[in-house]
Amino acid sequence: MIKKFDKKDEESGSGSNPFQHLEKSAVLQEARIFNETPINPRRCLHILTKIIYLLNQGEHFGTTEATEAFFAMTRLFQSNDQTLRRMCYLTIKEMANISEDVIIVTSSLTKDMTGKEDVYRGPAIRALCRITDTTMLQAIERYMKQAIVDKVPSVSSSALVSSLHMVKMSFDVVKRWVNEAQEAASSDNIMVQYHALGLLYHLRKNDRLAVTKMLNKFTKSGLKSPFAYCMMIRIASKLLEETEGGHDSPLFDFIESCLRNKHEMVVYEAASAIVHMPNCTARELAPAVSVLQLFCSSPKAALRYAAVRTLNKVAMKHPSAVTACNLDLENLITDSNRSIATLAITTLLKTGSESSVDRLMKQISSFVSEISDEFKVVVVQAISALCQKYPRKHSVMMNFLSNMLRDDGGFEYKRAIVDCIISIIEENPESKETGLAHLCEFIEDCEHTVLATKILHLLGKEGPRTPTPSKYIRFIFNRVVLESEAVRAAAVSALAKFGAQNDDLLPSVLVLMKRCMMDSDDEVRDRATFYMNVLQQKQKALNAAYIFNGLSVSVPGLEKSLHQYTLEPSEKPFDMKTVPLATAPITEQKTEIAPVATSKLPEKLAPSRQDIYQEQLAAIPEFKGLGPLFKSSEPVQLTEAETEYVVRCIKHTFANHMIFQFDCTNTLNDQLLQRVLVQMEPSEAYEVLNYVPAPSLPYSQPSSCYSLVRLPEDDPTAVSCTFSCTMKYLVRDCDPNTGEPDDDGYDDEYVLEDLEVTVADHIQKVLKPNFGAAWDEIGDDNEKEETFALATVRTLDEAVNNIISFLGMQPCERSDKVPENKNSHVLFLAGVFRGGHDVLVRARLALADGVTMQVTVRSTDENVVDVILASVG
Amino acid sequence: MDGFAEPSLYTVKAVFILDNDGNRLLSKYYDPELYPSMKEQKNFEMNVFNKTHKADNEISFLEGMTIVYKSSIDLFFYVAGSAQENELMLMAVLNCLFESLSQMLRKNVEKRTLLDNMDGVFLVVDEIIDGGVILESDPQQVIEKVNYRVRDCTEEQISLCNELTKIQIDNTVKLSSKFYLKI
Repeated sequence: MIKKFDKKDEESGSGSNPFQHLEKSAVLQEARIFNETPINPRRCLHILTKIIYLLNQGEHFGTTEATEAFFAMTRLFQSNDQTLRRMCYLTIKEMANISEDVIIVTSSLTKDMTGKEDVYRGPAIRALCRITDTTMLQAIERYMKQAIVDKVPSVSSSALVSSLHMVKMSFDVVKRWVNEAQEAASSDNIMVQYHALGLLYHLRKNDRLAVTKMLNKFTKSGLKSPFAYCMMIRIASKLLEETEGGHDSPLFDFIESCLRNKHEMVVYEAASAIVHMPNCTARELAPAVSVLQLFCSSPKAALRYAAVRTLNKVAMKHPSAVTACNLDLENLITDSNRSIATLAITTLLKTGSESSVDRLMKQISSFVSEISDEFKVVVVQAISALCQKYPRKHSVMMNFLSNMLRDDGGFEYKRAIVDCIISIIEENPESKETGLAHLCEFIEDCEHTVLATKILHLLGKEGPRTPTPSKYIRFIFNRVVLESEAVRAAAVSALAKFGAQNDDLLPSVLVLMKRCMMDSDDEVRDRATFYMNVLQQKQKALNAAYIFNGLSVSVPGLEKSLHQYTLEPSEKPFDMKTVPLATAPITEQKTEIAPVATSKLPEKLAPSRQDIYQEQLAAIPEFKGLGPLFKSSEPVQLTEAETEYVVRCIKHTFANHMIFQFDCTNTLNDQLLQRVLVQMEPSEAYEVLNYVPAPSLPYSQPSSCYSLVRLPEDDPTAVSCTFSCTMKYLVRDCDPNTGEPDDDGYDDEYVLEDLEVTVADHIQKVLKPNFGAAWDEIGDDNEKEETFALATVRTLDEAVNNIISFLGMQPCERSDKVPENKNSHVLFLAGVFRGGHDVLVRARLALADGVTMQVTVRSTDENVVDVILASVG
Repeated sequence: MDGFAEPSLYTVKAVFILDNDGNRLLSKYYDPELYPSMKEQKNFEMNVFNKTHKADNEISFLEGMTIVYKSSIDLFFYVAGSAQENELMLMAVLNCLFESLSQMLRKNVEKRTLLDNMDGVFLVVDEIIDGGVILESDPQQVIEKVNYRVRDCTEEQISLCNELTKIQIDNTVKLSSKFYLKI
């Protein structure tokens, strides 16, 4: 058979693949010779190789044919040819999931794993564990224990690694082998050490004390394996992170001592661990940085890459710590490995001075087309960071970015560029026009709908406020003519904003709108008709409400409310105020420019946290008829960390009620709690109506109980209240191992920390993209103004953050960022008060000795204005 | 802060050997969540190949993974790990794989020899990585454990020659018999 193949290849040249034209059916046909006696090891071996090769190429084997081949293969155990036997093990592993009844080979494998031939024992163990389940594992437990401590390293390693794989499936069985693993860890063989350490850690990782002990023991005894050292460094840094241990801890000393290990692998692991630790001081970083600096001049590309990648990370937080390496990094910017060169340049961009920026940018543009998209994103992110640091350089950067925008590239890359340009525009008003011009040019030829709509939205927001808004109209209208539905619809919305803001453009916008009303797509036509009618009214308030600041309700919530409305026919018109508000997006934190890893998963539009709560609460019969959920707070801890019971509370606000959700966790494994509820004593006129207890609270399984409270109706200004909370429950002692509880229990209680309800719990954040328009829309009917002196506050930043977190309102127009070196600032806040009253706050701040603050509040309801001013005071 | 990943022995996400057209000769994926379908795997391999085969750069970062690689004549060897993985550990795996194969194939690390000894190659990979865990990193140990006798090319060729001559003789016999019959 072999020869036949060889001959074919001889004809087609020596480089061809003898397995190229394999036919699955032909190979399975050939597999029949497995049944011949005597066995021809050579031919059988070749056929097994073909089967494995086919499987590896992704050939699909049906269950029947796979099972047939598998059973034929079992006969080959009669042969004593070493390679053939080893290939049988491989076939077993490959077929474990496609063939039926693979356990048929258990006894053959058990025989091999305990036999005299050392060559067979390790691989037999690994094959056996691949086909074993939890029940069968107990049958071979004795052999596994023996194998773990076997004096032959390959046997011991195989048993340890296989046990590790089994941990996921049969933790309880493998847990019993801890002593054997412990013994194996003191083996002389470096791989056995490593595998034993790994297994021990996986078995003990939930028991911090045991891990600490283990680590202490091994750091003292001194393992030989560099792999094991790397593993220990990882465990140590994990422990440090969890315990928030200071850097004077022995664990930190251990990691630092690894910087002097003789293996580069260990040194690098230690340096990388130190660099990734939060709150490292420059002094603690220094030794790690200096070993990385040495690696920068290594002849090994992988080492240079590892070093410069890590230095790049350091440079994000501590640019000054890396300055010492600038010279070494300069040498790497011409490295033949473009990944290294890119990382070196982006690091230098972070650490270098303003004067070197131009030179580096020039260097990088010489090879930017050669590097992969992942690294292009790194470059863009570096530029983005640079623009924040040196705002004066934005014209160079903008130029560079627009060139990159013209090159080919994937979506992630283009998105990074567009985001970067947008952030430059937002940070530097003087760059707005050039930036918008580049983006306009980009959407002329942009294949990504998401980016086109994003840019059109930005144009609609920023374009009308530029000196010459008319020049953007052409770009936007081109989209209406040329693009897909989604982009056309976005373009129509952008056009409407121009018409609403610029009176002289209004007639031309109306003409264009009229044309859009004949679009072939429903959505585009609807939008055009809607905007057309709003614009024709020429009323500022309408423009503000319907064009600048769109709906602020949660979309899934609106869908549900409308559905509900259609189910219950009523005379009343649908009330928008019954729809839960959209939770304002938590201001996107600048995603750490850390690992270049861009997540591959597409972002799914998950229901918001609030929608999930709404659903959960609606399922509880006691809470029927409260109306839509208005706001859910962030969880508040009511216990210290690491107490017997951990309780946290989420406050859910409704129109006239509040529900307190207590998430309780029982950390005692010898207790079962039942009928758990949290009793609340209010300090004000709040009335506790109902408790919904958690029926049972077993060890480490969180469960929730609820309290329903009615807000005082007669006094709308009573927004804040303090509750003293006590958890009451029935305790039943139980066996820590089995969880079997005693028959009878006793009542007990546990005092929790006080719970505060503040004004922020009554206000939902709402983003008004155009604050000025919204401010005019509400008008000054209920306006009130007051001045306060904030004596304890030292900076404007601090004052702004305090006000935002106190009122729980959404900062608008990026007014939460205080420009540097300014003595005054205006903060705009928007929100909706419980009951659906819009409320806007304008706070003028001035910095003298303390901070003086003049607060102006406007709302659709007079009481709300009073509440806000009263609570600020 | 991105936090430290759970310490684990599962270092290698994938290992694969491609020929100089980017075709798969052998590949193993150890993370079931990574490219579960064959199509995704082959796309990934092609993408990696296209980005790496031109320059011998040793290390790259693609599709969110660190990839170390090495080429030899008409073969490309790749080892992939997560973005947080210690690059030198991946290098150790790659070096061990390459050295072991080089020793086993008596320095003839090229496609033809590799395919002629494919069973040995499967066994070597199996000895170096088990389910993503580094099982052995010393090529000497790997070779000892696999204990594989390389198929000797000359022996093969001799038998091939024998076969060919036999066929030729057969043919001449047939021909001559026909010849005789005709006469």
